[in-house]
Amino acid sequence: MIRSIIIHIVLFFVYVLVQVVLLKNLVLFDAAFCFLYVAYILLLPFELSSMRVIVIGFLMGFTIDIFYDSMGLHAFATVFMSYARNYWLAVITPQGGYDSGNTPTVSTNGTQWFLVYTIPLVFIHHVILFFLEASGFDMFWYTMMKIIGSLFFTLSVIVFLQFLVPQRRRI
Amino acid sequence: MERLLKFIYEYRAFFTFIFLELMCAWLIVENNQFQSSRYFNSSNRIAANVLGFSQGVREYFSLRTINNDLAHENAILRTALEQRNQRIIASRIPELKKTMINHRFEYISAKVMSNSTDLYKNYITVDKGKLDGIEPGMAVISTLGAVGKVKSVSNHFSVLISLLHTDEMVSCTIKQKDYFGTAQWDGADSRFTALRYIPRHANPAVGDTVVTSGFNAVFPNGVLVGVIHQATLSEEAPFWDIKVALAQDFNRLSFVELVKSNLKKERDSLVSVTIGEIR
Repeated sequence: MIRSIIIHIVLFFVYVLVQVVLLKNLVLFDAAFCFLYVAYILLLPFELSSMRVIVIGFLMGFTIDIFYDSMGLHAFATVFMSYARNYWLAVITPQGGYDSGNTPTVSTNGTQWFLVYTIPLVFIHHVILFFLEASGFDMFWYTMMKIIGSLFFTLSVIVFLQFLVPQRRRI
Repeated sequence: MERLLKFIYEYRAFFTFIFLELMCAWLIVENNQFQSSRYFNSSNRIAANVLGFSQGVREYFSLRTINNDLAHENAILRTALEQRNQRIIASRIPELKKTMINHRFEYISAKVMSNSTDLYKNYITVDKGKLDGIEPGMAVISTLGAVGKVKSVSNHFSVLISLLHTDEMVSCTIKQKDYFGTAQWDGADSRFTALRYIPRHANPAVGDTVVTSGFNAVFPNGVLVGVIHQATLSEEAPFWDIKVALAQDFNRLSFVELVKSNLKKERDSLVSVTIGEIR
């Protein structure tokens, strides 16, 4: 338990650093962003209560905001996604339920389940983020293009990392 | 009462959610008010240093162009200085005294720590702050053209609003025509900005130079903004639809100059006094 908490605290800083040092500079075709930090929220253990996920989501979003100079923007989107996460997990529970102590990854539940789990959550995060940033629907299609582009980019990196990093069954 | 507490406890996640979202919304609104000095942005020391590191790596790849730009600027400045010296010698005019008027603007050079061009609201972080005399509201230019203005400062760093920010407006004029308008970015392409409120009878042409007008006392008069790339006039619009190619390529910005306007306070107070009298 303690070990898991320490690992997650270290991971928090790793995700933030990778996001602001590397991925902030990596924008494809001026439209596709990679917000890998959402994966930190998505990959938190199953049994973590809604309340904690939201607070962790807020801390993550707020930290990212400091580096992006977009006070409150990432925090808003991430808190919303964190709140939706546990409800969505409850909706898509596979037969037999989740094993306690596990994290929602490809290795525990399979690629197909993982995609069903991540796509809507990342999508909703990006929709809120980009429309809030554009402060309105003035440039609807351009913003939509950014959202779809970023969705593909972020998801590909998340899934790619799932296969690249050897998964621990239990932390 | 007990039931109420029980109810709140039951839905504590929901209430926390609402509370945090309201707080974020408040932060967003608050952040959109221009020119504040606050701590939770990239002007704080840790954030600026982390971003500075990543900018350092990125800059390494464009050293050649940066060097070229600086050498080019040196050449221009040297020529200007030589011409000035020649003029002074030829006409035997004593050098101008350091009066307030010809010391209206002071320039402070700064290095870019972080910069973005792909968001709707782009900010730039630079490595000069309050201790170097930077204040919110100062104009920022580069060797090539206008860059933006200072939003917030900490002791050693400051955050600038880039011209590539959908809420940033700069009073501009078309150099050959003397019509005034406002440059405001439309959020799409980082190479172009839009020039608004140029009246129908102005007839701007492609290739006309757009410079700052100096009307709002933030920018000095005549700082290059860009060159008109496209000008269209739809049937019933009161104003031209003008696309300006920016003089400064924001994707490879590495040194900027912050402009300190020594007469700004005097001018602002005069304006507010005058407006007060009219009322």
